[in-house]
Amino acid sequence: MTDTTTPPRRVYLDNGGRAALHPLARTALAQAIDDGWADPRRLYAEARRAAVLLDGAREAIAAGLGARTEEVHLAPSHVAALHAAVGAVALGRRRTGPGIVVSAVERAAVLHAAELAVATAGSPDALVKVPVDTLGRVDEAAMTEAVASPGTALAALQVANGEVGTVQPVAAVHAAARRAGVPLVVDAGAVVGHGEVPDAWDLLAADPADWGGPAGVGVLAVRNRVRWRRTWPEDAEPWFPGGVSVPAAFAAAVALQSVLADRAAQDTRRRAIVDKVRAVVGQIPDVEVVGDPDDRLPHVVTFSFLFVDGEALVTELDRAGFAVGSGSACTSSTLEPSHVLAAMGVLTHGNVRIALDRATTQDDVDRFLAVLPGAVARVRASLGVSGL
Amino acid sequence: MSDEPVTLVDARTLRCPLPVIRLAAAARDRAPGDVLTVWSTDPAARHDVPAWARMRGHAVVESTVVEGTVVEGAEGQDADATDSGSTPDGGTTWAITVRLGG
Repeated sequence: MTDTTTPPRRVYLDNGGRAALHPLARTALAQAIDDGWADPRRLYAEARRAAVLLDGAREAIAAGLGARTEEVHLAPSHVAALHAAVGAVALGRRRTGPGIVVSAVERAAVLHAAELAVATAGSPDALVKVPVDTLGRVDEAAMTEAVASPGTALAALQVANGEVGTVQPVAAVHAAARRAGVPLVVDAGAVVGHGEVPDAWDLLAADPADWGGPAGVGVLAVRNRVRWRRTWPEDAEPWFPGGVSVPAAFAAAVALQSVLADRAAQDTRRRAIVDKVRAVVGQIPDVEVVGDPDDRLPHVVTFSFLFVDGEALVTELDRAGFAVGSGSACTSSTLEPSHVLAAMGVLTHGNVRIALDRATTQDDVDRFLAVLPGAVARVRASLGVSGL
Repeated sequence: MSDEPVTLVDARTLRCPLPVIRLAAAARDRAPGDVLTVWSTDPAARHDVPAWARMRGHAVVESTVVEGTVVEGAEGQDADATDSGSTPDGGTTWAITVRLGG
């Protein structure tokens, strides 16, 4: 019997923070499981083979980030890297003061680590969240002024926002932080492999799962001049006790080399697709396409539909074969909407984020764009909102 | 403002996007300049009502926490019972008032 019904190919459009595994990462992972399964700290041939892979991975990741190899520490996840960076610098600089300055649209891991650090220091009011404009860009003047205020232990600013794509003024804020002697934690988690990472950081966190590496490894680069103190027990691995999975680290490094090699070509290609998405989606009634239209990540595009239940829309699109992200409260267990969309003052419900992979084609996106207006209309019809 | 008739839309316990939809439905047949207040326990509403108002050309007049229905002279009650704005499920009630645009 011949199967005549071919199910439609799934299109994965949620490649932010957890991209599909890069094909070369898959190959490297399989190879490294064969060659690098042993504990790299032990004293025999199997361990030395694993150590060679791990050293090579650190060296390649450092080169890709513009850091020195000894500055690069491998973490169990991006969240763990950010938690450690914020907590350890806050403790290391406690004599300076308890102050922490962040943009209001930093990743939740940064905000939560900062809240814990100021609370632990006994100064819960010492956390300054600098507001953003409607495009999601932090108020540069307010942030440069805040980092220079006395008692500031550290500041944190992302290179670009992974939810809405807007690029942040990291170079200017880093210059101000340097003048004030305040270390800047830079979250490059949404950017490495996609956009430019400026050489303007004291601690830099990057996320292999975002560039096509395997989940289960994170990256934190720390300049030698940074004063820090661990908030966790002593271990042979000073930053991340217990070390990391050697195969995961090796595969992450191989994927990074590959995505940096084709970044320019992918930038042009994905930017063109995003421009088309912004134009076509903008024609759907009662939609806000959010984030900076130009100074942005090349592969992320976000929009919100008025009178639409975000969870219902994600489910409707999933049924049609498309996986998309959403920052709507209706899609989170906490009922709290995305703090990024809220800080920008844009619509938080009916939100969809798509993030394009290198493997995402124009045809994939065209099919998505053909399905989207009908999906929005069906959700609206179910809520009885026509004519409002 | 006390001489203006204010329409109250009670959207408490409704989840996003229903509070905005209820408010928009109540606003549909109103004239420019009319004032409506929506009560909501959904945390998204205090972001989404202003966004809706901006998209429709209305103006947000006020956004506040509703004081709880605490009887006068209730001092000495425990903090939970007197927590202003609390509903039985523990959420805060926000009152957002908009003036309809032309």
